Amino acid sequence: MTLPTPLACAFFSVLIYIITAVAAPFLASRQASLIKITFIFSSIASAFGVYAGFMAVSSGQAETLTLPIGLPDLAFYLRLDSLSGFFLLLTALLGLIVSIYSAGYVKGFLGSRQVTSLAVFYCLFMAGMLLVLLADDAYFFMIAWELMTISSFFLVCFEDESLEARRAAFIYLLMAHVGAMLILLAFGIMAGFAAGFENFSGFTFDAMRAAPIPHKWTSIVFVLAFFGFAAKAGVIPMHVWLPEAHPSAPSNVSALMSGVMLKIAIYALIRVTFDILPITAWWWGGLVFCLGLASAVMGILYALMQVDLKRLLAYSSVENVGIIMISLGLAMIFKFHNMNLLAALALTASLYHCLNHALFKGLLFMGAGSILHATRERNMERMGGLIHKMPQTSFLFLGGCLAIAALPPFNGFVSEWLAFQAFLQSSVLPGQILKLISPIGAALLALTAALCARCFVKVYGVVFLGHWRGAGQCKAHEVDLSMRVGMSLAVLACLGLGIFPTIVIGWMDTVTKGLTGAGIGASAQAHGWMWLTPVSAERASYSGPLVFAVIAVVIFIVYLVFHSRKDCVRRSAIWDCGYPKLTNRMQYNSTSFAMPLRRIFGSLLIIKETVRPGDASRPLAFQQRFAFEVKIFDRAWYIIYKPLSQAAFWIARHAMRLQHGRIQIYLVYSFITLILLLVFA
Amino acid sequence: MNTAYSIIMEAAQIAVILAGAPLFVGWVRALKCRAQGRTSAGIFQPYRDLRRLFYKDVVLAENASWIFRSAPYVVFGATVLAGAIIPVISTDLPLSLTADVIALVAIFAIARFFTALAGMDIGTAFGGMGSSREMMVASLAEPAMLMSVFTISLVAGSTTLSQMVHTLASSAFVLRPSMALALMAFILVAIAETGRIPVDNPATHLELTMIHEAMVLEYSGRHLALIEWAGMIKLFLFSSLGIALFVPWGIGGPQELLMLPVSIVSLIIKLAFIGVCLVLVETRLAKMRVFQVPEFLGVAFILATLGMLSFFMLE
Repeated sequence: MTLPTPLACAFFSVLIYIITAVAAPFLASRQASLIKITFIFSSIASAFGVYAGFMAVSSGQAETLTLPIGLPDLAFYLRLDSLSGFFLLLTALLGLIVSIYSAGYVKGFLGSRQVTSLAVFYCLFMAGMLLVLLADDAYFFMIAWELMTISSFFLVCFEDESLEARRAAFIYLLMAHVGAMLILLAFGIMAGFAAGFENFSGFTFDAMRAAPIPHKWTSIVFVLAFFGFAAKAGVIPMHVWLPEAHPSAPSNVSALMSGVMLKIAIYALIRVTFDILPITAWWWGGLVFCLGLASAVMGILYALMQVDLKRLLAYSSVENVGIIMISLGLAMIFKFHNMNLLAALALTASLYHCLNHALFKGLLFMGAGSILHATRERNMERMGGLIHKMPQTSFLFLGGCLAIAALPPFNGFVSEWLAFQAFLQSSVLPGQILKLISPIGAALLALTAALCARCFVKVYGVVFLGHWRGAGQCKAHEVDLSMRVGMSLAVLACLGLGIFPTIVIGWMDTVTKGLTGAGIGASAQAHGWMWLTPVSAERASYSGPLVFAVIAVVIFIVYLVFHSRKDCVRRSAIWDCGYPKLTNRMQYNSTSFAMPLRRIFGSLLIIKETVRPGDASRPLAFQQRFAFEVKIFDRAWYIIYKPLSQAAFWIARHAMRLQHGRIQIYLVYSFITLILLLVFA
Repeated sequence: MNTAYSIIMEAAQIAVILAGAPLFVGWVRALKCRAQGRTSAGIFQPYRDLRRLFYKDVVLAENASWIFRSAPYVVFGATVLAGAIIPVISTDLPLSLTADVIALVAIFAIARFFTALAGMDIGTAFGGMGSSREMMVASLAEPAMLMSVFTISLVAGSTTLSQMVHTLASSAFVLRPSMALALMAFILVAIAETGRIPVDNPATHLELTMIHEAMVLEYSGRHLALIEWAGMIKLFLFSSLGIALFVPWGIGGPQELLMLPVSIVSLIIKLAFIGVCLVLVETRLAKMRVFQVPEFLGVAFILATLGMLSFFMLE
């Protein structure tokens, strides 16, 4: 018996998703069984996808298929190589975890609203993302891309009675289509050069790879494609939709959008810059690098200021996409200078961070969803002490916080470590500008990592520790088993990727080999599975298993020694330096925790702090209460989007003068147009 | 033979760190008393403090969670792991390869992450204040520290500490601008990271000036003993890391058993000297206001970045 090929499995996975989406409306009358069936089938579909992605990467072979459907002469071309296999694994793995989680999470909507549309668009969304990865021509790519965008639009406005959700969905759709337009233009130019602007035969990626594109045009294509994909990936300044859409979507969808959909955009960027186009100028990498830096630093600063948990996580996604872009930009610079091994190192860091971010951000969004489910609360200022009510969720969430804060032995550390290794190798780059930007880049990446740790101390400390800050008693409860299983799988994956990075890097070696012609797998694995030595053992080494084991052994020994005396723990009232009148409102909250950073980095952000006395008739010194309010505004809105929207309105207002509502005038317009066309034709 | 030797070295080093850290702190405290005209309790007082805390009962707040109870162990475990990595008496350490200098910074970050969480666990205003301030200091000190060690690892061509120390100790002494800048940044960072004056005052319990102490206010008994001990080890390790990176001469190389007494003696001399400098700084300077700390650390960060830039541009 022969096993089905990876592409067949991937295709089968997409098929199950589409069939589930089609079948779901027929079960609309029985919502509870609809949820069960949808998420059981989507888990099965994801499992096929995981297998397909895993096999495609380990074999390293590209597999193609042409489907004679679609328009005449425009067949669908499918291809599964190691790069798409890697992202297929990432998508399907998180899809599997989130599907298991969703079975419990979506049950929370029962009784309050219909979940049929959620089930349908969830499956279509997954199918769209998988198809983008399989597409091997621009036409099919755009169809899959739009399927992904539109279905996620409907997921964002799932709770459509709230104005906020509708507004978020609109901004998302707008940004996604600005991006899609740029992508379409980029593909159009490439296809045009591929077929000599004569017919449509240049629309396959194969034809584009062989296309004789002049140098000037490759740069234009790159810029169009980069900004097109950056709009989807949430790179600053195209990130504005992200902090709106992620909080509005149901949490399982936020996990997928943040964990996977942003990575799909990164996949597409890698596909275009490393595979289809030759890198013809060093500044391509420089542009990716600099915008990545801006996203990383600004993303985490905005994240730190947020009080809405899901909004915070959304900004943290901007930061992580920035980190991915930094390594990617570095890889492009290395590749331009034909330093293939270093390009492979930086690219591995970038891809590894994609995988890591998918898992830990998925986990954190699932955790946020569990909190929302248990407390009906998104605002961190009204949370606290949940560790006592939700012990298991809090334990799993801690794993996510440790992973995203890049602490060993979790996975976030490994990719950051690889990125720093790539930075330390960049002194071989020629050119003064590159020598200038790479130390500054390393400095800002280090700053980002440290701020990220601070951000997640705040999240964990404010949400889970201390006392409940909300009104009344905390009524939170531990969540459903399937939700805990989903989160546990994500934590295990994070820990596994952190402890055994050498095995993973050896496995994904085919991806970098296919794109840069070199791989770091051989040198990384040179000292066995325990040691990660990306360049050589003398240069740098890291051993995830040993770090984990040594800390565990030390803790165990100390625990034994220090517990030689039994029964010496006594519970008593809080000491707090002897202060007796402690209330829950005296705790540090999210805003006060971020206050030092508001002072240090305040000039980078727009902050409005207002303090109003509670009783205006009394003098300020004798007030009983004060109302304090902090508002943080995104600078990108004021610098870019507000002028743009004002300009659009201005144009619309002036164009309005053409309209009078009288048929005679419109006939005159038609007549003038006709005359003009006749004159110039 | 080879591995047996390195395992013995590793064990000896961990023993030196565990036993030496309280002694070093005792030395600094005794000197400080002398400098300020007070009578000291002797340099062995930290041992007595630790023993006293170890035998005391633990009093936990009613709502302390498992985070609060496990944090001291995690902090201690991470600090000891850091001690196993830094070449203090020998570069021939098997565990030194498990984590390089970047991982070392991250391992210190684990300890800080858990201390900060423990500070917020009880829900007192002091705990949260301490955590917030500690993370503010850390979020600026950590990148400065990374940049500073990056500069040195660029000079040494490696990020593995034993390899770096070996390279630096065996090469001829050259005055490099990048190393000088890195050293200055490292000193500023080390002061901040170990919570010494002018950034934090380890002896204070004055509520408005506390940083580190505010986080661990609610600890008692053996938990407090572990945290205090880990703090002492951290001070010892930052001093030894400075020695290893900037004045590595005297640290034993591979297979040099005879170097052991020499390296221990040189370590004692260097640490004693660092203690004197620390006391001079602490008696001469006043603690700065909390919101001047970012400027202090900003200087460190910029110095370290300049160090790396000057390596890229000049060397």
